[in-house]
Amino acid sequence: MTRFLSIASTEMLILRRNRWLLMATIIMLLFALALTFAGSAPTGSVGVDMLTVSVTSMTTLSVYLAPLLALMISFDAIAGEAERGSLSLLLSYPAGRGEILLGKFAAHLAALAFAMTVGFGAAGAIAAWFGGAGAESLLALARLIGTSILLGAVFLALGYLVSALSRSATGAAGLSAGLWLVFVVLYDLGLLGAVVMDGSGEFTRSVFPWLMVANPADAFRVWNISASDGVAMASGMVGAAQALPAWAAPMSLILWPLLAFALARAAFKRVEP
Amino acid sequence: MMDNALTIEHARKDRGKTTVLDDVSLRVAPGERVALLGHNGAGKSTLIKTILGLTPLTDGQIRVGDAKPGSAVARRTTAYLPEAVSFHPALTGREQLRLFARLDGQKADVTGLLDRVGLGDAMDRRIGAYSKGMRQRLGLAQVLLGSPKVALLDEPTSGLDPISRQDLYAIIDELAANGTAVLIASHALTEVEAQTDRIAILRKGVKVADDTLQNLSAQAGLPTKLRIRASGDHADQVAEATGGTRINGVAVEILCAPDRKMEALRRVAAMGDVITDIEMTPPRLEDLYRHYAKEGAQ
Repeated sequence: MTRFLSIASTEMLILRRNRWLLMATIIMLLFALALTFAGSAPTGSVGVDMLTVSVTSMTTLSVYLAPLLALMISFDAIAGEAERGSLSLLLSYPAGRGEILLGKFAAHLAALAFAMTVGFGAAGAIAAWFGGAGAESLLALARLIGTSILLGAVFLALGYLVSALSRSATGAAGLSAGLWLVFVVLYDLGLLGAVVMDGSGEFTRSVFPWLMVANPADAFRVWNISASDGVAMASGMVGAAQALPAWAAPMSLILWPLLAFALARAAFKRVEP
Repeated sequence: MMDNALTIEHARKDRGKTTVLDDVSLRVAPGERVALLGHNGAGKSTLIKTILGLTPLTDGQIRVGDAKPGSAVARRTTAYLPEAVSFHPALTGREQLRLFARLDGQKADVTGLLDRVGLGDAMDRRIGAYSKGMRQRLGLAQVLLGSPKVALLDEPTSGLDPISRQDLYAIIDELAANGTAVLIASHALTEVEAQTDRIAILRKGVKVADDTLQNLSAQAGLPTKLRIRASGDHADQVAEATGGTRINGVAVEILCAPDRKMEALRRVAAMGDVITDIEMTPPRLEDLYRHYAKEGAQ
């Protein structure tokens, strides 16, 4: 336990020291504020409060930004140490590999959670102040923050996976970029293409929704949208979410971090520094 | 066998089709300093990584004390200095060493250790601003954590200036005096010569020598060089009498096998006033290393 804590606190120190924590928080804050103010126009026409609109815009933002920020911290976690020559030294100490990985994960996730909470929280507070907020829209905001952290956890662990698999930090960075592109952009494009080809056939009605929530980024979107009527109305994306049982998206987003971390742990076990 | 801090028996390591280590056996007793010499790619670093349990052996076995490599006990009792080590540039030396001390699980005087390796003034500066030698010193400080039973040092002198090297060897001597078995992988032959109790030489994964410097030179039968200065113009006469070669106006050089050395000395001493000076050069480690590391040695 002391070992886990000392790894985690050292990683946290590094994130603070190299200004990553500050930069990530500022990025989140700026984007969330910009979207909140830019997205405040259609409030009257849809008939929901400003916070709901703001949460909808921030959901779209978080799908891109949470995976990106997570991968930016994690791709270097193993490959960087290997490149510096400090990985073999670290592994010669009594700390187990699982302990090391978990320590890094805890610190990175805490930093990510901080940036998300401050960014979305501040934007949400401003939206509520200017445009009003109800109990439901506050819940939607809390859900957005929570699911963003879960989504970040998925991509932190996937980042460790590519970091363990690649020989160099540069290689890991390249793989991370590829990973982001596939999960966040290409997967959706592929599904969209398949739906267009299929028309409204069997695939679109029964296979497509499941394929969609199998991707953590989409599961994140579906969870946030389907759980709140207001958000669903504001986003105009109701159809796909309704075809699924309510537990599908949450289960996907809760299982993914565990699965990805297990994969990363297995890959790290095989690393010979 | 129980007396050894480190026991390696018939270690073999295959990587694909190449054999990196081939039937290597080596023992290091507590307090003993053993130099592990060999060309690049001879298998030194691989051997160290198998001792640390970072790479599994194909065959044979290794014991750290009584523990298996990579086990919790082995990792707690083994200290390691990787070749050309670096640390996270954003941390200070003190923070980095404190992390290692906590991972080691024992109370340690972090400040005292940093002072001991000469980083007293730099301990609160970031490692990113350290020179190569300072990073090496920080690496050495973590070796001293928790009085290890076995210390594995991979090229510990690389990047150090001559004075730092003296400091390094003083620290190694201190470790050994406290009962740590020290294994030093190195190219820096001349320094290892004076500073170790025993020398093991690896060639292409095979151990070709393992003995004290004296015994190794006796086995190799490398000649000792005697350089004799003759007075006046007696150089020719001396050369003729001793069977040596004249190398300039006054000096004669004799190469003699280890067992003929005393005989040659006696003969020279008997020549009286004609001889003004004798300089004796035993075979150096470099000659020995060349002898053993070359093809065709036993």
